[in-house]
Amino acid sequence: MDKVKKFIENFGWPRIIIAAFLMCLFAVAPLVGVRLDTSISDTLVRVGMNGVLVLAMVPMVQSGCGLNFGLPLGIISGLLGATTSIQIATSADAAVKSGVAQGLWAALSSALQTGARSALLFAMAIAIAVPCAAVAGFVYAQILNRVKGEEMMIATYVGFSSVAVMCMAWLLLPFSSAVMVWGYGGSGLRTTISTNGFWLHVLSDFQSLTVGKFYVPTGMFLFFLFMVFLVWAFFRTKTGTAITAVGSNPEFARASGIDVDRMRTISVMLSTILGAIGILVYEQSFGFIQLYMGPLYMAFPAVAAILLGGASVNKATMVNVVVGTFLFQGILTMTPSVINNLLKSDMSEVIRIIVSNGMILYALTRKTQVKR
Amino acid sequence: MPDRAPLLRVEAVGKEFFGNRVLEEVSFSLAPGEVLGLVGENGAGKSTLMNILFGMPVIQQTGGYEGRILIDGEEARFQSPFDAIDAGIGMVHQEFSLLPGFTVTENIQLNRESTRHNFLVEVFGERIRTLDRPAMKKRAQDAITMLGFSIDPDTLASEMPVGHKQFTEIAREIDRKNTKILVLDEPTAVLTESEAQILMQSLRNLAGKGISLIFISHRLQEVMDLCHKIVVLRDGRVVKEAKPSDTTVFQVASWMVGRSVETRGESRRQRVETETVLEVERLWVDMPGETVRNVSFSVQKGEIFGIGGLAGQGKLGIANGIMGLYQAGGNVTAMGSKLSLNAPAVSLARNMAFVSEDRRGVGLLLDEPIDWNIAFTAMQVQDKFVKKLLGGLIKWRDDAAMTEAALDYIEKLEIRCTGPGQRAVELSGGNQQKVCLAKAFVVAPDILFVSEPTRGIDVGAKKLVLDTIQRVNEELGTTIVITSSELEELRSVCDRIAIVDDGRISGILPASRPAEEFGVLMMGESPVAVSDAAGGNG
Repeated sequence: MDKVKKFIENFGWPRIIIAAFLMCLFAVAPLVGVRLDTSISDTLVRVGMNGVLVLAMVPMVQSGCGLNFGLPLGIISGLLGATTSIQIATSADAAVKSGVAQGLWAALSSALQTGARSALLFAMAIAIAVPCAAVAGFVYAQILNRVKGEEMMIATYVGFSSVAVMCMAWLLLPFSSAVMVWGYGGSGLRTTISTNGFWLHVLSDFQSLTVGKFYVPTGMFLFFLFMVFLVWAFFRTKTGTAITAVGSNPEFARASGIDVDRMRTISVMLSTILGAIGILVYEQSFGFIQLYMGPLYMAFPAVAAILLGGASVNKATMVNVVVGTFLFQGILTMTPSVINNLLKSDMSEVIRIIVSNGMILYALTRKTQVKR
Repeated sequence: MPDRAPLLRVEAVGKEFFGNRVLEEVSFSLAPGEVLGLVGENGAGKSTLMNILFGMPVIQQTGGYEGRILIDGEEARFQSPFDAIDAGIGMVHQEFSLLPGFTVTENIQLNRESTRHNFLVEVFGERIRTLDRPAMKKRAQDAITMLGFSIDPDTLASEMPVGHKQFTEIAREIDRKNTKILVLDEPTAVLTESEAQILMQSLRNLAGKGISLIFISHRLQEVMDLCHKIVVLRDGRVVKEAKPSDTTVFQVASWMVGRSVETRGESRRQRVETETVLEVERLWVDMPGETVRNVSFSVQKGEIFGIGGLAGQGKLGIANGIMGLYQAGGNVTAMGSKLSLNAPAVSLARNMAFVSEDRRGVGLLLDEPIDWNIAFTAMQVQDKFVKKLLGGLIKWRDDAAMTEAALDYIEKLEIRCTGPGQRAVELSGGNQQKVCLAKAFVVAPDILFVSEPTRGIDVGAKKLVLDTIQRVNEELGTTIVITSSELEELRSVCDRIAIVDDGRISGILPASRPAEEFGVLMMGESPVAVSDAAGGNG
């Protein structure tokens, strides 16, 4: 009995209630004609897609910078990596075709033609996105270090305004790949770009499991868990410990000789980098790169997921990330399809919006219960 | 006077927190105009008892209490502090509940302001009456004068030294006209001795006007001087109720701790002159409320050097300045080479450690476990508790070593806790202070600065803390600079004591000198009697 009590205390009532609700949805699903195997697959895919984006909350939360509402900044860095990798791929294709490629360039180009092409391109996307995110994150951190105590509000607007700036940039950047630019005019990127033929499902399909309609994106999960491991390990190092202390009590950290601003900068850069990697994972599974207003509201589901997972505004663990992502995405997948079939109507999109925003609202109200 | 019908009767009150009994069968009564001293070690149940009396929501939320509380013979069961206030109970809390951006006047009269009628009242009702500033100021002034103290009513709460804040809080309670019972929780803990004396006198005046007082304090002498009756709590029970005239401070102290307390020996060891390890010249520190203007002194190797003085005169600023926590300037030479100020990392790297007077604000990671608190500084500054992986590329935190070190100090310093994994916020004040000390000891410093080591902690813990500091000094030869408002404490531990007045050192005396000489220096008299051995003065 004591063990049960202890478990409930640790896990928290909100999570138990939500988990019970999710179980109910899974139980009801077959009765209203929703296939259980596809539902579970959908949920798993969504968890894998969003996991790293939720993980991007952790470093900033731990350093006391609050929830990373500026996630769009990291996402934009990821988009830059994504689009550039596709540009390089198409340029390489063209070069090989016309025989312009020579030497190292030729080797690279032909490598891009081979079977490992998707993996190489995806790695390239990450390799481009990470430095972009590091730079963006550094600038973002300097802003946040000037507004201590108001980070989350400022972060939200950093996210929003970076989206607005990039709306212009997407039009003006010198991309030329035919699969990406507008058909008319021949310049400026389209709002939606397919990753098909480049790195679609490059992680998801690695060692994936398909039984009938049941599908497990093994590779995506392995990648997610690897990222979780990296972040967990980082917070076990000396620097990670210092960042946690800064989040817990900046005055204490300062008295222990820690450069508080530097630790906060590191955490913001990490969060932004994780955001960039997160969106690439998302896109390889989703199949499309969404530019322009796409990243605008991406921060909210991630924020909601980590809060549902039991994180507070200045403490988050890997368990919070995994549990939160699963619960949030599970509810988000199951509610519309179950209710849709129950009511025999097609309003899944409306229900999805109501449910997802309702959950975000609920999660954000939870955070006030945690003392800063 | 105390032999009238009781105003307040507490009958067999008990309270349990999650199966943890903190109060049992507590009974006492309080007559009008009577001053009741409530004493007990930290964790004896004083705060819980007062929370019950004041109707704090935390009591309701955790399942209410047993027994009865009668006011004027009628049972009172307060649902909220508002009910308690209406019934005439005023409470001065240990934590300051003042609005920092408001002036003294506004704080004293919040929601009870003197107001004037204006035409908008006809439309919008009473809440829109105009504030009558002159009348408010006068009322505030009256309340403060009644306490026998002087504060400018227009000062902002955020700009006042702690002593003044305490007086403002008390003034707020007595400004309320129907206050019959005033509960003072450690009102003198943050006051200097002279301020405490003024407060004692004003409390006597209040009692003379028929207000009953419940006075909670760790300073037993004050309780003896002020109270008509002393109630001693230990482990949630009333172990003794006595009149001060029938007992002594030592007897009360022994009831509190349940064991006899020996007096500290006055005799100090003889010191031989050794090398100078710390040389401070023309130091200034910009610490709010504790400005240091021009301070010079030097400390010998292996010495325990005391810094005393009244609150707000700058004694606390010295250690904070040398450790780089506040903007500072001047020349500080530590262990033979010049120290660059304003960088905590530099000071720490020179093997100096600091136990801050602001335990909860600076001294502890409240939300982290004990082992983190103890090990953190050593880990960051000296790479202790770090395992180097991949040839030093990755500095991995060594949790096992941290736990081990924490267990070691928990045993050595008798830290009462459930284990190294318990969060610091859950510990009592005394145990938190021990954790702060452990944090400093674990870096094995050459020079250790300790500020207000015994502020707000109980008798038993106080002795242990002071003994530990002395032991470290004797066994390891650590040079210790200890800052404290309690002169007697300094005199019992230190070799030499510097008294700070108005940001300057008014004199440095050997601790063996009579207390009056230090008192003279504290009052800012010219340093005639300064017979300083090694250090200069400002």
